[in-house]
Amino acid sequence: MSAGTLYDKVWELHRVADLPGGATQLFIGLHLIHEVTSPQAFAALDDLGLTVRHPERTVATVDHIVPTTSQARPFADPLAEAMLATLEGNCARHGITLHGLGSGRQGIVHVIAPELGLTQPGMTVACGDSHTSTHGAFGAIAFGIGTSQVRDVLASQSLAMAKLKVRRIRVVGVLQSGVFAKDLVLHIIRRLGVKSGVGYAYEFAGPAIEALSMEERMTLCNMAIEGGARCGYVNPDAVTFAYLKGRPHAPSGDAWERAVAWWSSLASGPQASFDDEVVFDAATIAPTITWGITPGQAIGVDETVPTLDQTESDERPIAEEAYRYMDLRPGAPIEGLPVDVCFIGSCTNGRLSDLRAAAAVARGRHVAAGIKAFVVPGSEQVAAEAEAEGLDAVFRAAGFEWREPGCSMCLAMNPDRLEGRQISASSSNRNFKGRQGSATGRTLLMSPAMVAAAAVSGHVADVRRLVAAPSTPESASTRA
Amino acid sequence: MSATPFPAGPIQGCAGRAVVVPGDDIDTDRIIPARYLKCVTFDGLAEGVFADDRSELAGDHPFDRAENQGAAILVVNRNFGCGSSREHAPQALMRWGLRAVIGESFAEIFFGNCLALGIPCLSADHDAVLALQAAIAAHPGAVLQLDLEPPRVTLEAGSEILEWPLALAAGPRRMLVSGEWNGTAQLVDHDTELRATASRLPYLNGFAAA
Repeated sequence: MSAGTLYDKVWELHRVADLPGGATQLFIGLHLIHEVTSPQAFAALDDLGLTVRHPERTVATVDHIVPTTSQARPFADPLAEAMLATLEGNCARHGITLHGLGSGRQGIVHVIAPELGLTQPGMTVACGDSHTSTHGAFGAIAFGIGTSQVRDVLASQSLAMAKLKVRRIRVVGVLQSGVFAKDLVLHIIRRLGVKSGVGYAYEFAGPAIEALSMEERMTLCNMAIEGGARCGYVNPDAVTFAYLKGRPHAPSGDAWERAVAWWSSLASGPQASFDDEVVFDAATIAPTITWGITPGQAIGVDETVPTLDQTESDERPIAEEAYRYMDLRPGAPIEGLPVDVCFIGSCTNGRLSDLRAAAAVARGRHVAAGIKAFVVPGSEQVAAEAEAEGLDAVFRAAGFEWREPGCSMCLAMNPDRLEGRQISASSSNRNFKGRQGSATGRTLLMSPAMVAAAAVSGHVADVRRLVAAPSTPESASTRA
Repeated sequence: MSATPFPAGPIQGCAGRAVVVPGDDIDTDRIIPARYLKCVTFDGLAEGVFADDRSELAGDHPFDRAENQGAAILVVNRNFGCGSSREHAPQALMRWGLRAVIGESFAEIFFGNCLALGIPCLSADHDAVLALQAAIAAHPGAVLQLDLEPPRVTLEAGSEILEWPLALAAGPRRMLVSGEWNGTAQLVDHDTELRATASRLPYLNGFAAA
């Protein structure tokens, strides 16, 4: 059993009661809601005759269903309009802050809560969205919940939970140039599989993790759930505190020093014990890309699609399903595979540093003929910052569309979706069958820089070669 | 779709025919594609259950085969319900008529979402699940009896009764059997304890020194 870890300490601090069924009632410090998984929870609250226990601890935004072209109201899709109107009504009725469209603070829930300083070390964070694990980047215990649990948090600011085991994932070494947190997490899931995290919280630690920026740590923790782990976290340190300082909801004045002292005390100590530990070497990781229909079906861009012989016996059925669905031949190289659509955005990779990395590849180049490429900032704030430094102009000049913030084509609950058998190069988090809105559409997950490389090349390309080679107008014109 | 009432009160088990959906890592996007999430109630979700898989198989999906209509127990393999936290997935399965799931393993959020609806997810090892799936295929229309205390499933096959022990952690099992799986009231009742916890949390108290 784990002891002395951040997870153990935060769990203990938030324990309200032991429940008769054996679960623990856990206080929830920050509850985030959006339009998709909250309406039925509010309706259930009404049915039970209950009110919201701590409206000031719940914060709302709208992200999944918003169009990314025109966000004028009413939306063209009446269902989308009804969902937003329902959220607006519920928030107004219960006194919950809603960061709506045009507020300057709207965006993907897992982008806005960190940038507003709402997410802080030592909190428990819950949201009706599996990528809530993102907030673990701050040393919070953050996890996705279903709608019945959203109802419970609204009613009681707490949840019935069972304690998880803790697996420490230590990453030593240094990531190569052109290799990002996205590649690291795809590599980890490739090696550990999509199931082995079930029942665990993942603590990401070691020198390679400490070297990551907060935005990179968010990318890493965001995808813990794709490895089966409901929450993943990084111990808070100077990088965390520097990110938080001065944000709207971060503590200030005298409280800041006290907060830093408390946050620091929560980190897993040298005596901490874990239920399991695995070690990775960052230096060995190449830009990593999925070839199949689970996030664990990933390879280095310089590798070939694994054959059945190279696949563990119990993973062979889903590998065969993936060959058929993706129309890929075992043993075929992934580099050079033509793509149709290139999507940069999502709660995984829609932050400013992601857009900078993609823009560095796009600058002076042009999207290849026949490719649809678009960039969706993760929030209104990300969009404003990117525009202030001219990234939108870089993308537009390179032939990318520059869109309004939202979840966009990560899950296609809005007009952005694949059509037919299209293949997308996507900076999002799931390559499930049908995920991007077409029942036969295909998704290749990769870093934003790799998506940009695919866009300007017209096919899967190794971004390390593009960032090493200076881009010139000549090379752009030969590509276009 | 669902003829039987939704789960309520203490749940000791259920009886009914089984539908087998084979394969590992069946995610909640497949169970209910995202376009069906554009709704403000769960009422109409049964029609979207496995929608894309069913159209791909053009009538030959287990949920479309005549012998599986009215089934109450879903039998799956490993890591069922992975991916999105959408409760729409178990809601769609429940509204289609399912009252229990047996599999090799389940994704955690899916398991919890089922529990919150009074739908037990019971597990068995690989060989047992394959044997159960084979027995269901060999005896189409057979009625399974699923019990929580102790967790097991039995299948009457002619004169023979086949039985497999199942696993369900003690906590969820107690919650289902006692009827306390829908525990909002219990959480609300602990308001004194809730206040005490909140009063100790530095971030709710200006980070004042303890």
